[in-house]
Amino acid sequence: MPENSTETGRENLLEVEDLAVHFPITRGVVLNKTVGYVYAVDGVSLTIRRGETYGLVGESGCGKSTLGRAILRLTDLTRGSVRFDGDDVAGLKGEALRTARRRFQMVFQDPMSSLDPRQSVESLLTEGLKAHGLSKGPEADHARLRELVDAVGLPAGSLRRYPHEFSGGQRQRIGIARALCVEPDLIVADEPVSALDVSVQAQVLNLLSRLQRELGLTYLVIAHDLAVVRHVSDRVGVMYLGGIVEEAPATELYTDPQHPYTRALLSAVPVPDPDLEDHRERILLTGDLPSPAAPPPGCRFHTRCPWRQPERCDTDRPQLRQLEGAADGHRVACHHAEAIRDGRIARHTVEPQTFQIDSFPGDAPPEHAGSVNEILGM
Amino acid sequence: MTTPLLEVADLGVAFTRKGEPDSVAVDGVSFDVQPGEIVGLVGESGCGKSVTSLAIMRLLPERGVRVTGSVRMEGTDLMTLSDSAMREKRGRDLSMVFQDPLSSLNPVIEIGLQVTEVLRRHRGLKKDAARREAAELLERVGIPDPRRRLDSYPHQLSGGMRQRVMIAIALACRPRLLIADEPTTALDVTIQAQILELLKELVADSGTALVMITHDLGVVAGLCDRVNVLYGGRIVERSERHRLFGTPRHPYTYGLLGSIPRLDAPPGEDLAAIRGSVNDNLPWAHACAFAPRCPRALERCSEVSPPPELAGGRFLRCHNPVPAEA
Repeated sequence: MPENSTETGRENLLEVEDLAVHFPITRGVVLNKTVGYVYAVDGVSLTIRRGETYGLVGESGCGKSTLGRAILRLTDLTRGSVRFDGDDVAGLKGEALRTARRRFQMVFQDPMSSLDPRQSVESLLTEGLKAHGLSKGPEADHARLRELVDAVGLPAGSLRRYPHEFSGGQRQRIGIARALCVEPDLIVADEPVSALDVSVQAQVLNLLSRLQRELGLTYLVIAHDLAVVRHVSDRVGVMYLGGIVEEAPATELYTDPQHPYTRALLSAVPVPDPDLEDHRERILLTGDLPSPAAPPPGCRFHTRCPWRQPERCDTDRPQLRQLEGAADGHRVACHHAEAIRDGRIARHTVEPQTFQIDSFPGDAPPEHAGSVNEILGM
Repeated sequence: MTTPLLEVADLGVAFTRKGEPDSVAVDGVSFDVQPGEIVGLVGESGCGKSVTSLAIMRLLPERGVRVTGSVRMEGTDLMTLSDSAMREKRGRDLSMVFQDPLSSLNPVIEIGLQVTEVLRRHRGLKKDAARREAAELLERVGIPDPRRRLDSYPHQLSGGMRQRVMIAIALACRPRLLIADEPTTALDVTIQAQILELLKELVADSGTALVMITHDLGVVAGLCDRVNVLYGGRIVERSERHRLFGTPRHPYTYGLLGSIPRLDAPPGEDLAAIRGSVNDNLPWAHACAFAPRCPRALERCSEVSPPPELAGGRFLRCHNPVPAEA
């Protein structure tokens, strides 16, 4: 819409194009010869519109966390561009990057390890204000923080207390307040609720959606739990081994999953409804995720795909495309998506392939790895 | 009704420390398991589900822990057995699968040896026979190329494969009871689906009864025959799974179900969260522990502990349950 792409606000807040993050695998003590790469993220393009929630879902080792970190420039990009509100972020350095970071903030999975245990909540929150020159004197700051703490649903006396005095859910609220205090436009939340109990999880999810409504925030939510992602997101991208295999509006993804991996993922998520559980079709994948250090050629999913065809699957890497008759914005990266949808090709059994998991030669984990799996090379 | 395989009666576990009041982890927990049945113990962190299972297995440390009540397996009270008799039972008649297979497998010993150890100890097999049997076991739990895998070390296997090895070890002596404590929590959902399917098959084939301990109501819905919901160390509701999920009566069960984002629900709506956290709990002795978080709490709830009631095949501990026709 032309009205939206005016000077003050573009429709797309974030545009990521062909982003790749490859961690070098090095061997040797002195020379550190590079012997290979972990292809953590390999060619991802996505756009996030202002005010929407984009959900990234995938299993461990699929590169979703690395992608989130790369967007925030917490990890160096190997290739690709990240445009935030029209400005190229991928090329920023030093002071320019630091000031730009005010507008995109992160909420981490484990609030205990992302909050300094020796700083009071007030000091934690003031730090961000001062770093970005938003401080308006102690009195005004204090009033602002009181408001903020109240907005995320913490008791009034929280500012003087320390992180260990709070429960897991409350700590996550502090993490959200910390991200919010610099008034960002985009919040990247990496597994924001997976460390929490179900009943507390719901409180935090509700808080996130209330804050979005009130403050007009844009979210990128990264999680392994498809039900959580689908619940909070407007659009969902499904990742597998470093690439997005399907992208769809949240409702579409459930009613019309097109990629074999999405189907398997959906059928694997347990639903708390015995009647449904008794009768639903299950697509059990065999074997494990191949190593991102040696991704399979062609479609990365072909080694586990129950619909794999003899031609193209193991040679051509499929690109995201929209199928005929699919909803707007619903794209899938599969050569045979139409045939699968129309039932023209049938499911077959897949012999599980074993992947010998060896740690990296020379035992050097990638620098700034996004998760344990990257270090293990899983 | 047949005689139960396992009968837990009034089980209590308290952690004691000098000069401090005891902290009660499990309080008056009673349930039974029929032969071949799958029973779920569900609850959030701190509800006592894992401590219950450790108490049944007699794996809690002796010092600083007070265990009361009885656990009868086929008539024998496990609580009064001598340590050596209990060791004989463990692994042979009842065994356990833990959440994290990497920390429960010995990292410096090959998989094969860890599986054959059980076979040689409890079934008295000779070395070669044990190795053959071990390979068969690994094959049964779906490990590809089992003969070669016998020589692998735990770190060379993926999380899902390690959990399969744990299950193979647990089932090596065809126990009549298997306790699985969050066996899939550390795994990805597609791997979780594989492991759950495997457990279901193995239980059906061998007639082993299974006690499934989990925080995930979704896992329970598809697997268990009967479900116990724990809160703050006590069972608050127990029922057959269809009835429990169809008409949850305890406000906690009801709230838990409302808190879960569901794949088949319209997205975007707020979840019906339970307010507060377990830190708000009242002591069960003279109140309902859930009362401060309960939307249906009456005055009575924070003054009198709700007595257990059994009605229509449902066990319930609540002063003001959700109406059956809700």
